Amino acid sequence: MSDGPSYGFDTLQIHAGARPDPATGARQTPIYQTTAYVFRDADHAAALFNLQEVGYIYSRLTNPTVAVLQERIATLEGGVGAVCCSSGHAAQIMALFPLMGPGLNIVASTRLYGGSVTQLSHTIKRFGWEARFVDFDDLDAVKAAIDDNTRAIFCESIANPGGYITDLDAIAGVADGAGLPLIVDNTSATPYLCRPIEHGATLVVHSTTKYLTGNGTVTGGCVVDSGNFDWSASDKFPSLSAPEPAYHGLKFHETFGNLAYTFHGIAIGLRDLGMTMNPQAAHYTLMGTETLSLRMERHVENAEKLAAWLEADPRVDFVTYAGLKSSPYYERVERICPKGAGALFTVAIKGGYDACVKLVNGLEIFSHVANLGDARSLVIHSASTTHRQLTTEQQEAAGAGPNMVRFSIGTEDADDLIADLDQALTKAMN
Amino acid sequence: MTKNPSDELLRKILTESKVFACVGLSMNPVRPSYFVARYLSLKGFKVIPVNPGHAGKMLFGQEVRADLASIPADSTVDVLDVFRRSEHVLPIVTDALARLPGLKTIWMQIGVENAEAAALATEQGVQVIQNRCPKIEYQRLFGELRMGGFNTGIISSKL
Repeated sequence: MSDGPSYGFDTLQIHAGARPDPATGARQTPIYQTTAYVFRDADHAAALFNLQEVGYIYSRLTNPTVAVLQERIATLEGGVGAVCCSSGHAAQIMALFPLMGPGLNIVASTRLYGGSVTQLSHTIKRFGWEARFVDFDDLDAVKAAIDDNTRAIFCESIANPGGYITDLDAIAGVADGAGLPLIVDNTSATPYLCRPIEHGATLVVHSTTKYLTGNGTVTGGCVVDSGNFDWSASDKFPSLSAPEPAYHGLKFHETFGNLAYTFHGIAIGLRDLGMTMNPQAAHYTLMGTETLSLRMERHVENAEKLAAWLEADPRVDFVTYAGLKSSPYYERVERICPKGAGALFTVAIKGGYDACVKLVNGLEIFSHVANLGDARSLVIHSASTTHRQLTTEQQEAAGAGPNMVRFSIGTEDADDLIADLDQALTKAMN
Repeated sequence: MTKNPSDELLRKILTESKVFACVGLSMNPVRPSYFVARYLSLKGFKVIPVNPGHAGKMLFGQEVRADLASIPADSTVDVLDVFRRSEHVLPIVTDALARLPGLKTIWMQIGVENAEAAALATEQGVQVIQNRCPKIEYQRLFGELRMGGFNTGIISSKL
């Protein structure tokens, strides 16, 4: 948006969105723990409620601490604006809500986080929405799944549980050809490793719970708009292009130009769905973003070491990490996420389901939790936990078969992590 | 791709300008032009509405003018803000350059661009901004958009 000087990622992750507090000079962003904000006068209140001015009304919609985080993530992703919300799952509903309606569908990658597969295949049906799951390496299948009722294409950049990188440029080409927005979940990569908007994404969603916060303290989500999609080019997106009855017939796209989607996210999405991020959560995540690049470098360095060590170990069948030369997606790393393939991968253990359970039980440093993107190394047997609700076929498509363990590699000493894996693998084989 | 002025220059234009003439300003309160004009008048700018369909009516304390020629000579227009489609811009700009001697800036709203008109104005020393909105730029540069979580591009350690 700005023609001003451009800054590097390390500078932006600390400064974007923030400034010294105008009331006190406080250098760190204060936690504005307040529900409501005083209006200057009746005209000011009216202008805010009519969206004629931007300002704070009520913390379900906007809050000064949350706004700093929104601008920071929008800046790091190269978008025009962002709306934060209460979790990554909330972000997916917030992202889809302006685009969807009963009878409409999205075309989604089969390679998604298991919880997303469940949300998109079951829960959204209650809104009358449908998700069609397709192998995103088969561009013809993606095209074939699109029909007149399709309103978005959905995928993950580096897909959880790891090992797969979506060819974002190719998928963006398909979305563009069909006049549809591409939504990319960039949670596993973070904007430090991958900037989906540069590859043609319209919207980027995050679970800020993961690497952006970085220490497993708070849940949060975010929807970033690239500002690049023409919502008025067809009549498919009336929430953005047609008169909005709740605002006296205002048309969001016409009135707010490329900021329309973000305005809609606040004025309709947060106002009426209410899945708001609280200022305490925003504070923790702001602290996390300040060190994002430093942590991601270490996460990737450790993941590369551990994946290589595991791949060479005779107790392991194979490792699905795109950062390994053996990966069919190795060539995509250079193009899609040149600073590294992330820190998530799955490992197929000799001995199948039982050995996986023993391995998880035998680890001392790795924590057995349903999370990723923590400074601590984490492990989970997806088939018996996060991907439990899926069929075996869905589990395998998502890279979470019964013989697979998923690792989220932390920032500890790599040698300690390797020693822990070594002793636990020994236990698993007995 | 239109080359627009730097943030520094936009800040200068929005700080030093006092009078906007808004061509194609609607009287309908949900139209973008009404939003922009109302906002600018709230921020202390004098906004002269220009719309032949509503000539003689009052809006934000100013009389709606039928055309640029009807703007009183004592109102020196600093910024011509154009809310007309790109193909209608050239005659408006030609007229403005002839009739508004103190004109410093021609501002074409989001979606409005006209290279020929821009070249003509630039030749005569008038600053041209295309495909931008003065309300959004004001909100971005002076901190208001920051409250909505928008990417303002502003990095500063100053109070």
